[in-house]
Amino acid sequence: MAKLKSGVDKGYHAKILVQRTAKEIVCIILCLMSLIPFIILFMNATRTSEAIKAGLSFIPGGNLAENWKNFMAKQNGMEINVFKAMLNSLIISVPSTICTVYFSTLTAYGIFVYDFKLKKFAWSFILAVMIIPNTIAAIGFYQFMNQIGLTDSYLALIIPSIASPATVFFMKQYMESVFSKELVEAARIDGSGEFRTFNTIAIPLMKPAIATQAIFAFVASWNNLFMPSLIISSESKQTLPLFIRMLQSDQFKTDYGVVYIGLTIAILPIFVVYFILARNIVAGVQMGGVKE
Amino acid sequence: MSDNAVKTVSATKPRRRKKVTHEWYGYLFILPFFLVYLGFQVYPLINTFRWSLLNYVDRYGNVTITFNGLKGFADVLGITAGEKAYFFKYLLNTVIMWIGGFIPQIIISLLIAAWLTNTIVKVRGQGAIKILTYMPNIITAASISVLFASLFAQYGPVTALLKKMGVIAQDYNFLDSIAGTRGLISFILFWMWYGNTTLLLIAGMLGINPSLYEAASIDGANGGQRFFRVTLPLLKPILLFTLVTSAVGGLQMYDIPSLFNVVGSSYVGNPADSTTTVTMYIMRLYNSKNYGKASVVSVLLFIVTLIVSLILFKVMGNSDKTKKKRARA
Repeated sequence: MAKLKSGVDKGYHAKILVQRTAKEIVCIILCLMSLIPFIILFMNATRTSEAIKAGLSFIPGGNLAENWKNFMAKQNGMEINVFKAMLNSLIISVPSTICTVYFSTLTAYGIFVYDFKLKKFAWSFILAVMIIPNTIAAIGFYQFMNQIGLTDSYLALIIPSIASPATVFFMKQYMESVFSKELVEAARIDGSGEFRTFNTIAIPLMKPAIATQAIFAFVASWNNLFMPSLIISSESKQTLPLFIRMLQSDQFKTDYGVVYIGLTIAILPIFVVYFILARNIVAGVQMGGVKE
Repeated sequence: MSDNAVKTVSATKPRRRKKVTHEWYGYLFILPFFLVYLGFQVYPLINTFRWSLLNYVDRYGNVTITFNGLKGFADVLGITAGEKAYFFKYLLNTVIMWIGGFIPQIIISLLIAAWLTNTIVKVRGQGAIKILTYMPNIITAASISVLFASLFAQYGPVTALLKKMGVIAQDYNFLDSIAGTRGLISFILFWMWYGNTTLLLIAGMLGINPSLYEAASIDGANGGQRFFRVTLPLLKPILLFTLVTSAVGGLQMYDIPSLFNVVGSSYVGNPADSTTTVTMYIMRLYNSKNYGKASVVSVLLFIVTLIVSLILFKVMGNSDKTKKKRARA
């Protein structure tokens, strides 16, 4: 009897081991699928155009310096280069991110803490417009920017980030779990003004949510192609995605090594930052899932 | 007399008034959001509707704007004689490429999420799997599009490899083939988004009460039955949420097709206009200063998106009910 039981156990364990191995192999394939395009990209940045055309290789070539030189030479005489484009993107993304998280927390706090007449309406409105994408109003937006003289200006890309309904939604959900109105009452008794209470008590308590949302707001702004291509017209003001679009033009396209090194420089910063913050980012995505 | 009235009010209700003053701050706190939203989203939307009824002609700097009525709509929908129904053509392109990405996305995400939450067969390296499969989502879509386009170009390295292996014919060119180009765009969408969906589904699956699985096991349910009879029904709200947000996002599809197989900034998705999306069409009309028609297409896209969003509201209402059910169980 005991023998039989251990036999069943062994069979059961073997079955689980086989299942686990099979699942892990599939997961490894998926992980490789995520990585391989980037490995090819980085390797090709070090190879000659002819070698790239000849086929795939995971061994770096010796042409990195040459590709770099050619890439830089092609940008001569242009009013933009890859580093300036990155700087331009930063000039937009950093203020946008700050505006998004600060004003979203402020709006969520206003709705959570105070009981005013239009509170219900304001919250329903935010929920209702959360899903409406800004591409739909693009033409009207451009015309309006034209009227107030903000075309070809970064302000047109930064100011709208003050109103980000999805972030407000997330912030309010989070606030409900970490913040209570009694804190506001206590602060009032201590003589703290309403805005001071928000800045010195609410903001520090909201830090985890703010950090998560800041990452997503930054990434969204940094990667945005649609709005800048609508608003930005002068070459010197181009953002990184607009610069990447130029890599598709004949000027760059003819030399594969140049295209790959251009893409490498464009991708590498966010690639590195992602792996540094990966744990927090993954946790942040899951947090959003639970709340939604 | 009015002075008197003020005096009586302030004399009779001094305490209550003091208490109420704080609640007023709510308006101040939400003011920036609503000012910016009304100015930069609502007004432009109304403006777009207005422009959809106008005709804008720019002849060598001489701009004439005339009232066009619904003629723009008739043109874009192919009702006017001699006009092609471009809106439907590009909507179909968009929907085909979205479906091609979404179906594998939801299947693979469900599978991986079920594997990673399984407590009997514990897959190792879960952190690394999550981090790596989510990674493409965060990289600039524009650069991913250019990267894949160059890998699968006629003389691109992947094409060369596939030819060497005999997978595709020697004269095959992905970028000349409608199925090849659409398939690659769908693949990029799948590849960028399934990691994100997996994470959402894992969060949803971890939220399911474990005692339900125990009860099912005691009743003799096997792994497959537990998945289809317990996990899937309880996951329905999250699945529908994923479906609708992905559909709304998919309808605005722009970054990847607009850089994948186009010449310059023509906004024509090659081959044979088969990968041009609705948003690319808006940009094409905008670039040729055809603001009236561009607005018409925007309004139509808004209507389609609205229908899809209304479904979301129904879904969100249902999700509350299911949550309560879950809590009760």
